Amino acid sequence: MENRYDIEGMDIAWCPGCGNFSILKILKSALEDLGIKPEELVVVSGIGQAAKIPQYFKTNYFNGLHGRALPPATAIKAVNPGLTVVAESGEGDMYGEGGNHFIHAIRRNPDITNIVHNNMVYGLTKGQASPTSQPGFRTPVQVDGVFEEPFNPIAVAVAMNASFVARAFAGDQEQTKEIIKKAVRHKGYALVDILQPCVTFNKTNTYQWFKEHTYYLGEDHNASDRTEAFKRAVETEKLPLGLIYSNVSRSVFEANLSVYKGSKEPLASRKTDNAKVLGRVLDTYR
Amino acid sequence: MEKQIVKKIKDDISIVIGGEAGQGIQTVEKLLTHLFKDAGFNVYATKEYMSRVRGGSNSTEIRVSSFRRNAFVRKIDILIPLDPDSIGHLGRRIDGDTIIFADKDKMSTDKPIIDVPFAKVAQEYGSPIFLNTVAVGLILGILSADREVIERNISSYFSKKGEDIIKKNVSAMNRGYGIAKDFVGPGKLEIDIKKNSAAKNEILISGSEAVSFGAVAGGCNFISAYPMTPSTGVLTTLSRYASEFGIIAEQSEDEISAVNMACGAWYAGARALVCTAGGGFSLMTEGVSLAAMTETPLVINVGMRPAPATGLPTRTEQGDLELVLYAGHGEFPRIVFAPGTIEEAFAITQKAFNLADKYQVPVFILSDQYLADTYYNVPRIEPEHFRNDYYVVETGKGYKRYSFSVNPDGVSPRGVPGGGGLVCADSDEHDEDGRITEDENVRKRMVDKRLGKLRFLSRGVMPPELTGPKEYSALVIGWGSTCGVIKEAIEKTGKKSVSSLHFKQVYPLHPFTAGYLKKAKKIILVENNATGQFGKILKLYTGVDVKNKILKYDGLPFSVEELSEEIEEFL
Ligand SMILES: Cc1ncc(C[n+]2csc(CCOP(=O)(O)OP(=O)(O)O)c2C)c(N)n1
Repeated sequence: MENRYDIEGMDIAWCPGCGNFSILKILKSALEDLGIKPEELVVVSGIGQAAKIPQYFKTNYFNGLHGRALPPATAIKAVNPGLTVVAESGEGDMYGEGGNHFIHAIRRNPDITNIVHNNMVYGLTKGQASPTSQPGFRTPVQVDGVFEEPFNPIAVAVAMNASFVARAFAGDQEQTKEIIKKAVRHKGYALVDILQPCVTFNKTNTYQWFKEHTYYLGEDHNASDRTEAFKRAVETEKLPLGLIYSNVSRSVFEANLSVYKGSKEPLASRKTDNAKVLGRVLDTYR
Repeated sequence: MEKQIVKKIKDDISIVIGGEAGQGIQTVEKLLTHLFKDAGFNVYATKEYMSRVRGGSNSTEIRVSSFRRNAFVRKIDILIPLDPDSIGHLGRRIDGDTIIFADKDKMSTDKPIIDVPFAKVAQEYGSPIFLNTVAVGLILGILSADREVIERNISSYFSKKGEDIIKKNVSAMNRGYGIAKDFVGPGKLEIDIKKNSAAKNEILISGSEAVSFGAVAGGCNFISAYPMTPSTGVLTTLSRYASEFGIIAEQSEDEISAVNMACGAWYAGARALVCTAGGGFSLMTEGVSLAAMTETPLVINVGMRPAPATGLPTRTEQGDLELVLYAGHGEFPRIVFAPGTIEEAFAITQKAFNLADKYQVPVFILSDQYLADTYYNVPRIEPEHFRNDYYVVETGKGYKRYSFSVNPDGVSPRGVPGGGGLVCADSDEHDEDGRITEDENVRKRMVDKRLGKLRFLSRGVMPPELTGPKEYSALVIGWGSTCGVIKEAIEKTGKKSVSSLHFKQVYPLHPFTAGYLKKAKKIILVENNATGQFGKILKLYTGVDVKNKILKYDGLPFSVEELSEEIEEFL
């Protein structure tokens, strides 16, 4: 299907069959449905195979450092709240190298969407364990298999009262698209952890494995009930998919900034000439 | 009062208040400096303190002078120790000329003390807190400051605290003033310090405040930082005035976040500042490299303190010049400033924002604890006199963020998201559109384009400032915060053929630098570090190897006395 985000003739660096292709397709389709113009979208990413995503479609982007997508994304949204901001990378980038920013982005609650391609392995650096690798997963570095407890981003986000927490699966186009649309529409920080097979470096967590180890939350799941959400978040036998938790009562980071208390005009388009005000402030130092 | 003081002090007096953290030295300092200025005196203050919240030994030096002074002196003319340990702590600076006013029975020292019943008087007002005000009164009395002006200003200083507190403070101040009168007069303590009629209307701002307000003047509207002495003052000042100036001030979770936020803010169209000390800056270095590759402007204030590691958190040093000069992997241009005065700190920071925007490079403002915590009266800065130039362009369809068709400043015009084109910034090597590439030819051209900016920005380097005769035999070189002390130390030597050369931009160097050096028969380098880092830069870029070095790395700023003695040894 034609899409306003398409670019012709891209040399894409992903392996054939990689989950990133379907995530790219789903994302473009979700944005199309939402009617967001490429010029009003900024995708902020780190480094990794997943983080290359903005290179492959029409959007503004800030493809920054490994692990550091969330701080610039937060700042960009604060400086220009009129933009739709998506921070997107792999799980190594977001939960490993950038783990501290993940925690603090949840605390700040900027109105951004955080999409994490979770393939349980480091792709770009060729197959080392990631924070979400399962115990027993063997790699050239974890030669005896991973023994650490996997990082559970969903449980951490619910524990921190994140305002929107969802898990999706790259193999399910329609459902994942709906989750992303909800996340982008959500006012506040929205985490979408997308389970994604890595066909080259993860022979354990395959399409088949994800099919067998996930299930969709039913209509009966009350996403505004934090205790209920936490129960789901810590399930590991079968990973729940869908909107796990949402809290619409939290105020948004940008809205709390004094610059937006009086005027809603984005800081980016203000012509501030502070000379007079500064003069008055300096006079108080007389 | 037991004993009389017979002494003449002319043109310059150094008053030191010592005490524990939390005892109120700060209040005394603030009150005294403002009251002196309001009474028409030139006043200067600097402090040294320990890295602790309570206890320890801290001190503040206040100089009142006939001439404008901006340097630390070792001598103490008048000492008010608020606790017994102060005398020991300041022992090496106390000599036969130091007059100590204290509650004699509270001190344990064999140094001569003029007994003043501070505690008893304070108690009459119901609280030991008033001791500070009595001390303030005493000092003002010694300088025969205008009593009416003082009363008025004390009242306004305490205006928020209510009538009762105001009255008590005015009265306590007058008690101190009265005590002083017993010592002052012909044949007793004679102090002759000329007033400066301009001082009254001047402002008192610290180095930290000068950087902060300079940033505001430069259009800064975003600061992200993580607290770290001695840079915290910039974060607090900009946070304090965030709503007046329309600034987003964010305390980030760490320095890595701070610098990456700042890059994001500039990318989106703000003018962002980060401030930190060496340790925090170490964490930021990858972000500096990101700014360079994405050609995102960035302004970074590094407040230096003694290191490695945590070092001496509240002390001063010029030890991070090389760190800042080489920080960040890869090869890219940058600008490094090192203001030496309050006025320079303001003007240079203002300029830094325009240069960063113009050349899309990281611009550094290197300061240190000494500069951050020092203040003196300066003429009210006129922000209207500082012009800002904005370089963000409108984008349209087909916009290429890293276009090889550069403008006359050597840069690809920078747009921000939200316009008609797409703005694609990339930390990977990229093509003109900002898309990742490994094309060797594009790589080479991009490197050349980025490095080429050095040639353009080199045209506007701030020249070093020569003070003293144009035809000098000896030249004393310094950079950054040693500016004031070098000038005064040379003056103190009384030597006529010695000039000083103060560098406020330390990279790139001004093209005249070599000429200045080659003219001198003798060059003396003064640095507040152990290895003479600026000397190495001078050698690298001018070929001149400065052998005579005066280096200080005990965590304290140079004093006028020690520096003039050391300069004289080289002459
Ligand atoms: C500071 C830094 N450390 C390490 C790297 C190397 N590196 C690049 S991507 C990556 C991890 C990739 O894994 P993930 O984030 O899960 O993304 P994926 O490639 O699997 O999509 C690493 C370690 C880097 N670029 N920067």
